[in-house]
Amino acid sequence: MKLTMRVNGASYSREIEPRLLLVHFLRDELRLTGTHWGCDTSNCGACVVWLDETPVKSCTVLAAMADGHRVRTVEGLGRDGQLDPVQQGFVQCHGLQCGFCTPGMMLTARWLLDRNPDPSAEEIREALSGQICRCTGYENIVRSVRWASEHDGEKQSAADREAAGAGDDDHMPDVPA
Amino acid sequence: MQVPAHVEYEKATSVEHALALLVRYGPDARILAGGHSLIPMMKLRLVQPETLIDINGLSDLSFITETGGELRIGALTRHAQLLESPAAGRHFAILHDAEKVIADPIVRNWGTIGGSLCQADPSEDLSAAFAALKASMVIRHPDGSRTVPAREFHTGPYETVVGPAELLAEIRIAIRPGGGSAYQKVARRVGDWPVGAACAAIWLDGDTIADAGIGLAAVGARHFAAAEAEEFLHGATATEASFARAGQIAAEHCTPSSDQRGPADYKRHLASELTTRALRLALRRAQRPGAPAGMTPGRPA
Repeated sequence: MKLTMRVNGASYSREIEPRLLLVHFLRDELRLTGTHWGCDTSNCGACVVWLDETPVKSCTVLAAMADGHRVRTVEGLGRDGQLDPVQQGFVQCHGLQCGFCTPGMMLTARWLLDRNPDPSAEEIREALSGQICRCTGYENIVRSVRWASEHDGEKQSAADREAAGAGDDDHMPDVPA
Repeated sequence: MQVPAHVEYEKATSVEHALALLVRYGPDARILAGGHSLIPMMKLRLVQPETLIDINGLSDLSFITETGGELRIGALTRHAQLLESPAAGRHFAILHDAEKVIADPIVRNWGTIGGSLCQADPSEDLSAAFAALKASMVIRHPDGSRTVPAREFHTGPYETVVGPAELLAEIRIAIRPGGGSAYQKVARRVGDWPVGAACAAIWLDGDTIADAGIGLAAVGARHFAAAEAEEFLHGATATEASFARAGQIAAEHCTPSSDQRGPADYKRHLASELTTRALRLALRRAQRPGAPAGMTPGRPA
């Protein structure tokens, strides 16, 4: 079947088998290997990407189901060479060791902060509860997301400045409406 | 690496189109909603449909409304939407209790209510919740629709009354006065399937239980319900003693199996204790209608 989807703002069309999973489409067809392929059973959350406005586990979604939709991967988290505050938070607070779970963690964290700009540690843990990290014990991940929540305003004003400039729809909206 | 076997794929553009595709492709076609049960089953070759009919574009199957004295839930409603629905929480706290402990937030974003029910896993939480609420299921077919009680929806593990050319469209729950409900689950770890789960809905007339529904998951209860315990409660006074006895009756009439989640006698113990706890919490909520569900207290206050 022919499939067309927008990934991180760019449109892609490919001929695929309907059984192809979204995680493999992103990694193998588009070479966007930031999305990690972990447990394959929708438990670990390493493969989390956004489908339209919502994080999903891409090992349990067919690429065909994303046909005509927008997908956002970790490669689409930063903009114009600038790290998203969530990415910056993981740098500042040592939110990763091996890094395998990190892309999924960051995409879910971005989603959380868009819906809840000032989450408590408990709310962060709940939001990330479908994602497994075997290195950090989660403490630094929670700190990283808190750091991002405290620095999101800076990104917001930068995005506002940009929005006031050219209206490019080549980027996924990544700030709260 | 786990990948599904070769399969054909069709995208339905309307409920009528989905039904026409089911007719065209026959019993080896399967409806694809969130896919969070079906795709893992396909990866493991436990099911091998020839054709998938993707209904994710059918937004008219995704809704939660209060209509005609009922809460109506479209089959394509995602778990997260049910958990976030104020109407669902206000009328049936049991649904929010259950959703909080189903899988994890990301899975709940995409898994659907109808998909969970049609998967018909004997450990599935919402099947027990809808049994307790005495809900009804609206099933669409090419000539119209039919409505079946939740307790007649499942015919066995992984089997439902939904025919090859039919589609679960909607779940309806009557909103009745004096009601309270709660869900209680014990799992080995957060987001897991239950070792055992029990839930209750009661409708009070003063201190008397005018009607009661008790649902059980993962303990081998027929139709996810504890009919004998409900019968005992019918017309009884809502007391701690009657709730304890109802728990015992529920445990006596279920048939749990020992497996990797626990031994049968422990699951039977859970059926009793969790039924009593669910009734206790349902009573508190029935006496304070409109109170927020709050965090699920598992123990007596």
